[in-house]
Amino acid sequence: MRLVAEDLIVARGGRPVLDGISLGVGSGEALMVVGPNGAGKSTLLRVLAGLIQPLAGEVRLEGDEFEPRERMHLLGHLDAVKSGLSVDRNLRFARDVLGGVGDPGAALARVGLAALADLPGGVLSAGQRRRLALARLLAAPRPIWLLDEPTAALDAAGQALLIDIAAEHRAKGGLIVAATHLPLGFDGAATLDLGRRP
Amino acid sequence: MRSAHAALFTRDLALARGGGAGLGVVFFLLVVTLTPFAVGPDLALLRRIGPAILWLGALLATLLGLDRLLQADHEDGSLDLIALAPAGLETMVATKILAHWVTTGLPLVIAAPLFGVMLDLSPDALGRVALALALGTPAMASLGAVGAALTVGLRRGGLLVPVLILPLAIPVLIFGVSASAEGAEAGGALTVLAGLALGYAVLGPFSAAAALRALRD
Repeated sequence: MRLVAEDLIVARGGRPVLDGISLGVGSGEALMVVGPNGAGKSTLLRVLAGLIQPLAGEVRLEGDEFEPRERMHLLGHLDAVKSGLSVDRNLRFARDVLGGVGDPGAALARVGLAALADLPGGVLSAGQRRRLALARLLAAPRPIWLLDEPTAALDAAGQALLIDIAAEHRAKGGLIVAATHLPLGFDGAATLDLGRRP
Repeated sequence: MRSAHAALFTRDLALARGGGAGLGVVFFLLVVTLTPFAVGPDLALLRRIGPAILWLGALLATLLGLDRLLQADHEDGSLDLIALAPAGLETMVATKILAHWVTTGLPLVIAAPLFGVMLDLSPDALGRVALALALGTPAMASLGAVGAALTVGLRRGGLLVPVLILPLAIPVLIFGVSASAEGAEAGGALTVLAGLALGYAVLGPFSAAAALRALRD
C-alpha cells in the first residue's frame, strides 16, 4: 500500500497555504512533515484525510481497493474526548465508529489508562486525553496514521510509548505521516520540510 | 462490535441523558402555562387556540439545543472521527438527527396531550395534536440539522439557527395546526404534513452533510 499526493494546492481563507506539495509514503515507512507554525502541516494532514478538498492535485491510495478515509486515523490537536462519557465508553465509541474490532481494555492498558477506565473523560489531563487518543490507534487498527503533533502534552514515558507503538505499526506494514516541530525519534523516517521548499 | 451508526446513536442518547434532555419539555410546559395568564381564563378561547399554543410551544422547544447538535462534536474533534467512519456522512448525520429527535422531539409528542388538558382540549383534539406533532417534530429536527450544520463553525451560531430555520418551518406550522384542528380539512392537512416531514427527513441529512463538507476547516 502506498499513500501518494501529487501537486497539492490548498488555500485557506483565501490565502494559499500549500503550493504544489507532492509526497509518497509506502508500507512500513514514516514521513515527518516539519515546518514553522502556519506552514500548513495540519492542513496537509487534513487534506490527506480527505477532510479538506485541495484546489488542485490529488491524494490517492495505491494498492488498496478501500476508500482512503476508511484506512486512515487522523490524530488532530483535538482529542475527541467527551467529558460526560467514561474513558472506556469514549474509546468504545471511537472504535465502533471507525469500524475497529480491537479490545478497548488492552488498548487502555497499553497507554497506561487501565486504572482510569471508569472515570469520566472530563477528569483527564491534557496528556491523558492524548494517551486516550493514542489508544484509538490500537483499538481500531487502520494502516495509515496521520498524526498531528502527536507528542503535544505527552510526558517522556508517553513519548517513548508513541515511539514503540509507531515502530510496531510500521513493522506490521502500516505507514505514518506525522506533522511535528520536534524530532519524534521514529527510526528511518523521511522528512518533508514545508518551510523551506523550492 | 457495533456498526458506526449504532455506536453514534447510543452515544448521543447517553450524552443527552447526562446533559439536560428534559429541558425542552420544561420549556414547553412553561409556554403552555404562561399562555392562560396572558390571554385570561377564558376556557372557550383557550379551547379554540389550544392546538396553536401547543404547536408554537413545541416548535420553540425543538429549537433548544439545536445549535449544539453538531457544534459540540465540531469543537471537540468528534466530527473528524465521524467523517472517517466507514459510513456515509449523510447517514451519520441522519443518525444524529434521529437521536436528537428521540431525546428532544419524542418527549414533546408525549407531553403535548398532558399539557393540552390545561388548555381544556377535548380528548379527540389531544390525540390529533399528538399525531400532528409526531409528524411535525421529526421535520423540525431535520430542518434544524441543516441550520446547525450551516452554523457549525460560528461562535455565536446559537442565535442564528432559529433565525435561519423558523421561516422554513412555516409550512410545518400551518399544516400542523390545521391537522390538529377539528373539521373536514384536518385529514388533508395531516397528509400534507406527512409529506413535508418525509421531504425534510430526506433532504435534511443530505443538505446538512453537504454544508458540513463545504464548511469543513
